[in-house]
Amino acid sequence: MTVSPRLVVRPAASGASLEDRPAKVDVRGLSFYYGPTRALSDITVAMGANLVTAFIGPSGCGKSTFLRTLNRMNDIIGDTRVEGRVLIDGQDIYAPATDVVLLRRRVGMVFQKSNPFPKSVFDNVAYGLRINGLTRSRSELEGRVEASLRAAAIWDEVKDRLHSSALALSGGQQQRLCIARALAVQPEVLLMDEPASALDPIATQRIEELIYELKKTYTIVIVTHNMQQAARVSDATAFFWLGRLVEFGSTETIFTNPAEKLTEDYVTGRFG
Amino acid sequence: MTRTTRGWIEFAIERVLLLCATASVLVTAGIIGVLLAETFGFFSEVSVLEFLTGTEWTPLFSEKHFGILPLVMGTVLVSVIAMAVALPGGLLSAIYLSEYARPGVRRIVKPVLELLAGVPTVVYGYFALLFVTPALQIWLPGLSGFNALGPGIVMGLMILPLVSSLSEDALHAVPNGLREGAYALGSTRMQTAVRVVVPGALSGISASFILAISRAIGETMIVAIAAGQQPRLTLDPTVPIMTMTAFIVQVSLGDTPAGTLEYRTIFAVGMMLFVMTFGLNLVSSWLRRRFREEYA
Amino acid sequence: MSAPRPTAALPATRLIGDRLLQSMGVIVLALALSALGALLWDVFRDGWRRIDWPFLTSFASRRPAQAGIYGALVGTLYVMVMTAALAIPLGIGAAVYLEEYGARGRLSRMIEVNITNLAGVPSIIYGLLGLGLFVRAMGMGRSVLAGSATLALLVLPVVILSTREALRTVPKSLREASYALGATEWQTIWHQVLPSALPGILTGLILALSRAIGETAPLITIGALTYVPFAPDSLSSPFTVLPIQIFNWVSRPQAAFAENAAAGIIVLLLLLLTMNAVAIVVRDRFERRHA
Repeated sequence: MTVSPRLVVRPAASGASLEDRPAKVDVRGLSFYYGPTRALSDITVAMGANLVTAFIGPSGCGKSTFLRTLNRMNDIIGDTRVEGRVLIDGQDIYAPATDVVLLRRRVGMVFQKSNPFPKSVFDNVAYGLRINGLTRSRSELEGRVEASLRAAAIWDEVKDRLHSSALALSGGQQQRLCIARALAVQPEVLLMDEPASALDPIATQRIEELIYELKKTYTIVIVTHNMQQAARVSDATAFFWLGRLVEFGSTETIFTNPAEKLTEDYVTGRFG
Repeated sequence: MTRTTRGWIEFAIERVLLLCATASVLVTAGIIGVLLAETFGFFSEVSVLEFLTGTEWTPLFSEKHFGILPLVMGTVLVSVIAMAVALPGGLLSAIYLSEYARPGVRRIVKPVLELLAGVPTVVYGYFALLFVTPALQIWLPGLSGFNALGPGIVMGLMILPLVSSLSEDALHAVPNGLREGAYALGSTRMQTAVRVVVPGALSGISASFILAISRAIGETMIVAIAAGQQPRLTLDPTVPIMTMTAFIVQVSLGDTPAGTLEYRTIFAVGMMLFVMTFGLNLVSSWLRRRFREEYA
Repeated sequence: MSAPRPTAALPATRLIGDRLLQSMGVIVLALALSALGALLWDVFRDGWRRIDWPFLTSFASRRPAQAGIYGALVGTLYVMVMTAALAIPLGIGAAVYLEEYGARGRLSRMIEVNITNLAGVPSIIYGLLGLGLFVRAMGMGRSVLAGSATLALLVLPVVILSTREALRTVPKSLREASYALGATEWQTIWHQVLPSALPGILTGLILALSRAIGETAPLITIGALTYVPFAPDSLSSPFTVLPIQIFNWVSRPQAAFAENAAAGIIVLLLLLLTMNAVAIVVRDRFERRHA
């Protein structure tokens, strides 16, 4: 299937241009190593507040690894090394004194394959609130759970079955549940690793509409291998290739008038 | 909760769990420590040479001899009989289940075979003494009520599932590609099994054999009940003998005060037992690791 | 997956060897299974008549007709409960550490090797350990506590290994989802991993206990008595357990005691059957709920 060079691209965010936006997440010279292997080389990119930034590129080029550096999920793997800085609201999250638990509350994550806990819908969303001690009463907990489920546009579908197993939901519903779960702890940044890749077109569309709504409140970073999705959903796009950031700019620019030949070849479908 | 409080709690929990894990190391240390301590005491009164080469074992009589060979011989005799049942039986069973049996048959037979391994050893002892020995006496009228043959056979029966299950795992790990190559050349299942699969699984099978021997040497109740209480340097399976393990039981049943030489003898025998089984287990582990490397 | 089979078109002579091996396998299995059958039949035939309410509620006696297993049953209960109480936290704690925290480093690997070795040590050696350490050095005497501690150490490798297996079945995605929400390692383990692995852990525990309930040699070694005309009343009390009572009866020459022994064996086997059935039910029910 050839990709038409005329992708449907939304106009740049109204008002301020990309450069004027304050950078919520500011990455400077980030390199990442799995043991001796370098997976990311000298990445510098800034993601604006309340914008959707998409990372595109062929599979295996480090997009997911990069995403995971933003909430230090790579720490879990062991034998990894980070060089450079990742600043969120001006503070380096890799500074030694960083509270990683707090970081992961501020920077939420939604995974490629939805992974609801084998508990009820309610308990899934309430989990983050409970373990972080964020609510003081049952009614406050219930209120927050409902608000999160509404924000994830799934409340109407589950309000009558809050205490039934989350695993009984459909794939698309589970993914929205995972989004609600991530939203419950009120993060500032939301990382989404190919959130719709395992879903059918209708469910995908609902997720994309949701993202458009969510960016009013959150800063969203999304990794996707689906270029049309990136074009539809994001304000800024970064093109990754073999662990390097090749080009970064407004979505409109990247898809219609990229500066690098490599970028142009990728978005026009000549490889990847 | 502040970050430091949370950090301290996490740290404390991890330390507690680490303590649990190191408990297992303490167990080994405890075993070796207890055995060594009492064995040192033992050898301050008995010469190592007499212990290892003496042919009379009479520690509880007034005229004391401390040669462990009769006990070792008794243990070996029973174990050899047990292995004569368990090793070929287990291997044949494994070959059948791995190369011949239909999945439905395997699914039924395997759990039932595991039942054999789950029966408590006292029950096997009862069976050996009151069923197997009398039955054998029909064909061997000279068979004594306590002997090595009955318990040996029963012990072999008990260990057979172990050999079968471990050998079967080893046979299963041999890649199907090898089998298919043999079949494609026109081999029967037997030829393939005997010439290709079993040789390919040899380390794993040997590991299971050695583990079985170790198990037989360490077995207590079957021999304590049915093999007799007479330490004897003999290869005759029809007479009463005594194994190392049965000796420890005999002394424990009595009222031997701590700190005496008699008390220490069970630890000395225990040390011998431990060294033998531990050595065998190490060899078995080494073989199994080599096997896993071959088919990793 | 079963091994592939050759097609049937082979000359008859070649098949003789093939059939021979197959028959030998079948014969071996048939013999083994019929031996098991013979054992069960023999025990039942010898003992079933002896089982009645007085048998279950009487203490041991010098007269076979009046002897019962009550003291042994109570002793078994005390010892089992105490063994579980000791082995469960220690075993699960060790398994959690090795599986969740410990993948780094030589210490963990050394511990793993050590546990595998311990699993192969004969049970009577554990008895010697208990005798030297618990009964003498720590002064517990020939008590329920010493016996339970000894058995707890004996089944510890089994508990650790089966708990680790259960922990491994929990998918990595579950842990990741928990961490991404800001949970700490312990919170993740306590709220997600352990509940998810619970059926496997429980099954392993029951299997470990069903091994312990049949153990005789280590308890004899630490000094459990063989003639106990009373029931233990505390952790420091002397005691006996069912397999030892059986052993005591089997060792007596009178035929009537043999009958008692057979009856005791039937009770023991029924206990084991129940425990294993519970393990299977637990595993199935949990699997269905979380499927």
